[in-house]
Amino acid sequence: MIPPHGAKLVERVLGDAEREDILARSAGLPRLRLNAASANDVENIATGVFSPLQGFMGRVDFHHVLNEMRLSNDLPWTIPLVLDVDKGEAAGLKTGFDVILTDASGDPLAVLRLEEKFEFDKEEMARKVFGTTDSGHRGAAKVLSMRDVLLSGKVDLIRKAPSPFPRFKLTPREARVLFREKGWRTVVGFEAASAPHLGHEYIQKSALAFADGVFIAPLVGRNKSGGYKDEVLLAAYEQLIRTYYPKERVVMAVLHLDDLGAGPREAVHKAIVFKNFGCTHALIGRDSAGDGAYYHPFAAQDIFEEFPDLGIVPLFYGAVSYCKKCRSVVNDRICPHPSADQAACDVTKIRDMFLRRETPPAELVRPEVAKVILNYRNPFHE
Amino acid sequence: MDKEFTTISIPTSLYKKIEEAIRGTDVTSVSSYIAKVVREALSKQEAEPEVFSKEDEEKVKERLKALGYID
Repeated sequence: MIPPHGAKLVERVLGDAEREDILARSAGLPRLRLNAASANDVENIATGVFSPLQGFMGRVDFHHVLNEMRLSNDLPWTIPLVLDVDKGEAAGLKTGFDVILTDASGDPLAVLRLEEKFEFDKEEMARKVFGTTDSGHRGAAKVLSMRDVLLSGKVDLIRKAPSPFPRFKLTPREARVLFREKGWRTVVGFEAASAPHLGHEYIQKSALAFADGVFIAPLVGRNKSGGYKDEVLLAAYEQLIRTYYPKERVVMAVLHLDDLGAGPREAVHKAIVFKNFGCTHALIGRDSAGDGAYYHPFAAQDIFEEFPDLGIVPLFYGAVSYCKKCRSVVNDRICPHPSADQAACDVTKIRDMFLRRETPPAELVRPEVAKVILNYRNPFHE
Repeated sequence: MDKEFTTISIPTSLYKKIEEAIRGTDVTSVSSYIAKVVREALSKQEAEPEVFSKEDEEKVKERLKALGYID
């Protein structure tokens, strides 16, 4: 089994006695209410999704990640993991003491062992992580609107947040045990951000031709305007797997990750997440994890050149289409025919067809999958 | 905060050999070449295998069964 990033899977979920102890003390501790993204971060840290991080980054790691795309111990890490608060909140918190982190309704989620408070340059962070300070970039806009002070420190999870999709929620530890139970030695991770078309199926099955299993991970909780609703994404993939995949060679589990559109840095970040789940390979598409035209089409693949020590093998794929001459799904490496003979597996065009309540051609989307999507009155977020 | 570097020594002949080898490639300096090669070599050192306690592993398996991932 592939080792987790940093060699040790982080597990910071409190046991019963520790949980009772902290809850008994919680009335006397300061509280911070987390937004949904930070609440996800906390659970991801505590369950090892972000191993080796044990908490929110301190100043040294933060700057290392910005400047070198590595933690201060030289381990590859590309996206700062931080918790922002306003100056007033920060002033009321003492380093060296515990802070209760709550969900939006005020219920305790975790305890932050506060180590450091520091101010940061938002423009610098946006420029280095996203390559832009343009507020038209969703990640840059988010960073620019962050509060002024970052808190760092280890977190311990008091309770896991209820998931709308409990059947598809696995921790890295659970995924690792599962892969071992299945006897998989090679596992390919695929991040599913949109409902599957035949291009996705082609890529996943091409990987399955040499790997033992594929780990399909729909990104949920993003509520991105115009994007597929989580339940639609899952239902579409369930239908595809049920109808067209060898069930024993596929595992699907959701990822609760913030989708910042950080392009190349985000592609590496997600590869690390897949590694922590036990994947040996990660499928990285052209234009992966980007936001509009902010990055070179191959930037998300080229960046892996800088990380010979990443510990997971990226598998790159390009544009996929259906070729009428070949009468099969192809990519640009294997088909000699001109684009006039091809129908591109284009996520945006397919989504537009669904928006018009049209069934996409069977060369692009499996009819069974299209039917599932069209069964929803509105499959997309407003 | 700027990047931090330190200095190491290698034989001049090796330095020249590396200079020659990276000419015309994407690698911008001998230093970055060496950093890349060393990082790659270190990452191949075998990590200790993960050990879950038998009790933990059984708990996880029970949950996986309950979720329908294993029979």
